[in-house]
Amino acid sequence: MEPEEHSMEPPATPEEEMPLTAAPGPAGCQLFGYVGIEAVLDQMKVKTMKMGFEFNIMVVGQSGLGKSTMVNTLFKSKVSRKASQPGQEERIPKTVQLQSVTHVIEEKGVKMKLTVTDTPGFGDQINNENCWDPIIKYINEQYERYLREEILITRKRKIPDTRVHGCVYFVMVVPPWGGGHGGHAGVMVVLGRLRPLDLEFMRRLSKIVNVVPVIAKADTLTLEERAEFKQRIQEDLKTHAISVYPQEDFDQDPDDRALNDRIREKIPFAVVGADQEHQVNGKRVLGRKTKWGIIEVENPAHCEFPLLQDLLIRSHLQDLKDITHNVHYESYRVRRLNESNRPELSSPNGLPGKGEGGSDL
Amino acid sequence: VLPYPVVTSVPPLTFLLLGHTQLKNDGYRTLPLSGHVGFGSLPDQLVKKSIKQGFCFNILCIGETGSGKSTLINSLFNTTFDDPVSSHFLPSVKLRAQTYELQEANVLLKLTIVNTVGFGDQINKENSYQPIVDYIDAQFEAYLQEELKIKRSLFSYHDTRIHVCLYFISPTGHSLKTLDLLAMKSLDSKVNIIPIIGKADSISKTELQKFKNKIMSELVSNGVQIYQFPTDDETISKINTIMNGHLPFAVVGSTEEVRIGNKMVRARQYPWGIVQVENENHCDFVKLREMLICTNMEDLREQTHARHYELYRRCRLEEMGFRDIGPENKPVSLQEAYEAKRHEFYLELQRKEEEMRQQFVQRVKEKEAILKEAEQKVHAKFEERMLALQEVKLKLEKKKKVLEDEIAMFVEKKANAEVLQSQPSVSTPLLSLKKDKDRKKYVLMLVIRGSKKKFLHISLL
Repeated sequence: MEPEEHSMEPPATPEEEMPLTAAPGPAGCQLFGYVGIEAVLDQMKVKTMKMGFEFNIMVVGQSGLGKSTMVNTLFKSKVSRKASQPGQEERIPKTVQLQSVTHVIEEKGVKMKLTVTDTPGFGDQINNENCWDPIIKYINEQYERYLREEILITRKRKIPDTRVHGCVYFVMVVPPWGGGHGGHAGVMVVLGRLRPLDLEFMRRLSKIVNVVPVIAKADTLTLEERAEFKQRIQEDLKTHAISVYPQEDFDQDPDDRALNDRIREKIPFAVVGADQEHQVNGKRVLGRKTKWGIIEVENPAHCEFPLLQDLLIRSHLQDLKDITHNVHYESYRVRRLNESNRPELSSPNGLPGKGEGGSDL
Repeated sequence: VLPYPVVTSVPPLTFLLLGHTQLKNDGYRTLPLSGHVGFGSLPDQLVKKSIKQGFCFNILCIGETGSGKSTLINSLFNTTFDDPVSSHFLPSVKLRAQTYELQEANVLLKLTIVNTVGFGDQINKENSYQPIVDYIDAQFEAYLQEELKIKRSLFSYHDTRIHVCLYFISPTGHSLKTLDLLAMKSLDSKVNIIPIIGKADSISKTELQKFKNKIMSELVSNGVQIYQFPTDDETISKINTIMNGHLPFAVVGSTEEVRIGNKMVRARQYPWGIVQVENENHCDFVKLREMLICTNMEDLREQTHARHYELYRRCRLEEMGFRDIGPENKPVSLQEAYEAKRHEFYLELQRKEEEMRQQFVQRVKEKEAILKEAEQKVHAKFEERMLALQEVKLKLEKKKKVLEDEIAMFVEKKANAEVLQSQPSVSTPLLSLKKDKDRKKYVLMLVIRGSKKKFLHISLL
């Protein structure tokens, strides 16, 4: 019979003394020692890394603005096939088509399923009225698909998410006015504003999806012109009450607001896309080689591509997904469920009699 | 100008690799990256958001009064939750939930502890566990309601679903009680159950092992599914499998501290020694804390949401008459539900309106009756007065008649007297007659006044 163990030996495991923190709130309790609550963060990380991430991005803009190149540069891989190869004839589609390509990319153990939706034919016709309709339809279709999965009775553990998390809209640089019409020499030429097509599109789409406008092929702008153009665009957006990402209404706390304000000052980003590497100062950089120099894509002094990359991927990717899920998807759901409650819709015969539990709904 | 490296390096060789990864990635090609993109920080972004949001964790403690539930919770979270001690004489099992906010480093945890009060105290324990089942179902129901709403705010919803149930087994040393078996059986499909032997310092080591084995075998033979720590993730599978073998945890809780060596530790002091709560040789407290908080908290939450809640939801929706007949039918079926709900509300509204209307009518009737009564009373009074008036009138008429008769008599007498007078032609008796007449008149006036009827007007002569 072994004696009962009530020895006077020192405890086997040394205790970590965490700093005492008094929690605020009406039922806050003071912790007298280490509990280990923050281990839940690691658990979460492990879980999410195992599950993997999904990200769906859509690029919209007229053909030839460098959309595919930009996406390839953004994700450092051949995500979208380039439409225009030298020697290949590019056919402009008669209507806006949507092409989605899905790839899986992995970095540091994090797997991401990336879907890029391209929109060839947007804004390329003579009459561009309602060219945004196929796009809006596509976005709503994705929401619908998710909704259907969500309201099944036996639903999947992880609902496949095909909803568009971000829509990058390429704004064309409007050529400066006043060239041959008696423009004054020596005075800075005023750049145009957003075109009507841009405004219409952004207005409609910013209500259902996160829109990130970028200035395409920005290497035709000098820095001053760029600043002016940006300011005009910002004014235009404000006048027409178009809220692009990051939206002001969804700033959660002062830190967020400060961070997002800094970003909002710089919207829209002026980007240059390139997929070829060149030698600059002994380093290999991605850039465009022209007769007057090499425009380095990842150099913040040359273009704002790094800022865009930071916004979309490094800092706000999760935020894009969250806003899509919590705001845009919810508003779609509200609209959809409200519209389907009209009595003129016929009821199917497949539904068996309503149970007594229905009164508790 | 070199071509883009990746383009040229998609030769047939990589197709083999791609073929392999194809199976893993549901048929999508894996693209190799040629540079740093930066989404490796994605889990960190997610964690940052979760920290801001805060975490919710809800623990349900089931056990008889005095089995050491509150003390254990205090020891687990290293703090004192104020929880009043309960008596043994409660007529039925009640659940008491309290929410606390704990903060460690920068993680905010909203902890809800639900205690069963009076469990196992009644003489008839048939309905002991029903309130618990009902409570758990009610939390699921609340979440389901929120999820089914049209305008919902799941993002900021305070999740009250029970994530783990700590079931306290009394340290008898023999086996499980019937109540324990029944309770656990009815709860195992609704919540993650972790059985615990409370106040384990009353059992010796050998007895403890026998006790544990007996408990586990009884659970298995009765088909009770307790929570198994997950073993699919390589990082924690080893420790989880070991811990799975230590179930049920024999724990000791203490709110007092005793000096051992040069430190103050949580312990229970007996005349024969000191039982240290955090000593692994003395009890399984550290294991429980490890498993519950440090290693598996997220998994517990996920199991609750993905398994128990989904099961509840499925049963409930089926109960309400839904089927997943075909994907096209589903949205319409939900429409049906909403239609039904709307219809029902409409009926309810109508019913309530009807009720109110009836109430109103009722009140009006009552008021009317009261008024009528009053009216009748007044009427009766009026009649009474009229009658009285009539009577008086009659009386007066009579009196008038009498007076008139007298007048008539007097007139007659006067006539006779005049006849008598006209013969002897005496003047003075006329005067005296006049005087007499006056006197009579005067008396008549008096009589009239005496009857107090001013409107009786008698014209004399």
